Amino acid sequence: MDWQALTLSVKLSLVTLLFLLPIGIIFGRWLAYRQFFGKSLVQTLLTLPLILPPTVLGYYLLVVFSPNQGLGLWLSNTFGTTLVFNFEGLVLASVIFNLPFAIQPMQRAFAAIPREIREAAACCGMSPGQVLWKIELPLAWHGIVSAMVMSFAHTLGEFGIVLMVGGNIPAETQTIAISIYDRVQAFDDHSAAVMSFSLLLFSMMTISFTYWLSERSEKPHV
Amino acid sequence: MSDSAINVSLQQRHPIPLSVQLECQHGELLALVGPSGSGKTTILRAIAGLYQPTKSNIVCQSEVWQNSTQSLFLPTHRRKVGLVFQNYALFPHMTVLDNIQQALTDWPKQQQKTQALVLLEKVHLQGLEQRYPKMLSGGQQQRVAVARALARKPKVLLLDEPFSAVDQVTRRKLYRELLALRKKLAMPMILVTHDLEESTLLADRIALLHKGEVLQTGTPDFVSAHPKTATVARLMDQQNLFTAQVIEHNEQNKKTLLHWHGLVLEAIYQPRFLIEQKVCWMIQPANILLHRRDRPSNGDKENPLQGQIIEYLEINGLANILVQIDKELNINITINVPLHVAKRNRLGVNENIGISLLSEGIHLMPYQALRREN
Repeated sequence: MDWQALTLSVKLSLVTLLFLLPIGIIFGRWLAYRQFFGKSLVQTLLTLPLILPPTVLGYYLLVVFSPNQGLGLWLSNTFGTTLVFNFEGLVLASVIFNLPFAIQPMQRAFAAIPREIREAAACCGMSPGQVLWKIELPLAWHGIVSAMVMSFAHTLGEFGIVLMVGGNIPAETQTIAISIYDRVQAFDDHSAAVMSFSLLLFSMMTISFTYWLSERSEKPHV
Repeated sequence: MSDSAINVSLQQRHPIPLSVQLECQHGELLALVGPSGSGKTTILRAIAGLYQPTKSNIVCQSEVWQNSTQSLFLPTHRRKVGLVFQNYALFPHMTVLDNIQQALTDWPKQQQKTQALVLLEKVHLQGLEQRYPKMLSGGQQQRVAVARALARKPKVLLLDEPFSAVDQVTRRKLYRELLALRKKLAMPMILVTHDLEESTLLADRIALLHKGEVLQTGTPDFVSAHPKTATVARLMDQQNLFTAQVIEHNEQNKKTLLHWHGLVLEAIYQPRFLIEQKVCWMIQPANILLHRRDRPSNGDKENPLQGQIIEYLEINGLANILVQIDKELNINITINVPLHVAKRNRLGVNENIGISLLSEGIHLMPYQALRREN
């Protein structure tokens, strides 16, 4: 078992969640409640990582992060840093490819709250912030938790983008999924089997948990 | 603007047409009545600050809530408004007590629970404070919604079809409770309903809405008996609506004569309509007398008509009878008589009867083409 790779994967997943939680709530709410010109385009762009082969997304991120041009060049000139082949770049890539996994369940959860409930809260004197805190988040929590669990599991198992953007640097960008690939290449079948089984177990637990959550959310509050 | 408790002026063409000028006094219950899609709920939402029409001016107890010319808009949470939603919109994740406490923000934390319990007692829900909304019946949910709306000490209480989601027995009970409760409340109350019976029972005044426009305001009885136009009469469910021509005004005996399909009808003196002018006219079933077969009376001489019963329905102790006056022109008049009177006179389909239209009950309105005369 490559504990270093597992630790890195868990760290990457947790840091990704830290960014995805506010992004998911803001975008999920925005898409659930607002009607605006170009909404379907925004939704298409946000769903794209779900369909696009990870290597394609990874390739474009590599181009964008490249220190020779555009954003990468600006980052290099301004902060003297780069986003390719390091942990920060991996986090950013991870946040981008997880956007649909985080936003969509949250959007569905916010959209399921009847408009009248939010309006009734405003009539009770609650400010928009209080409505979010006291009404919307408690009613949408199952969607938020489910989004976080899915994003965590997805990050833990992601291979293509991580390899493209981060490479395969032990302790820096080598996650558990890449480590499994590495072990197979090195004919270390035992390690590959242990790590694969661990990921399989974890994925099953994640899916069971999200199903349990969605069943729970369908039950009335008693 | 007058010094009413609340003044509402809304004007808009798109997307929902609105042309509204309303006022409601302290302790008055004003009902917004109209068919589905007439803009009733939109008006209520605009008062609550949940909808912003193009042009609006809302002043509640000297406080300007909304003024489009001054670009002034007070958000909902800063308006002292109590709104009972059609489906109550109780917070499903909170107990009854918590639901009410959410609106008690003006009270110190330690007094909120006591105050919530007082409100629950007011709406007869003691003992249910720890229940969740899903565990309550429709009537109980409605009472929680009313208690929550009152918890803010609102300057105006808005009720959006609050009785539509309960069965008829519960509805009657809730009517009585609202009537009892409103005696204790000094704030203006605006009720949205499409039920004319409900508005007649509960409201001091009604505002009749059609396609976003207030067509007439007044007491329910007055609007029913004296609609400004035939459209108002139709919306007030007046079934005896016809067209005729004014032929004479007799100032001495205070009568206006009408020419109606070859007959001359005497109506109460209404000189604002010119001689030879075409008009619409209506009469409420309560102003139509049934001629007794066994004993004719003097009242029978007033606009007497003969006809044949073509429809006979017994509803709530009344016989609702459709009398055909002219088969060729298909002119029918609806009358209501107490069941015992109908039985005594052996009324039924195909029976020939005599009726009299009381001239005092014949109300004239400006002419407009009617889709059909009853």
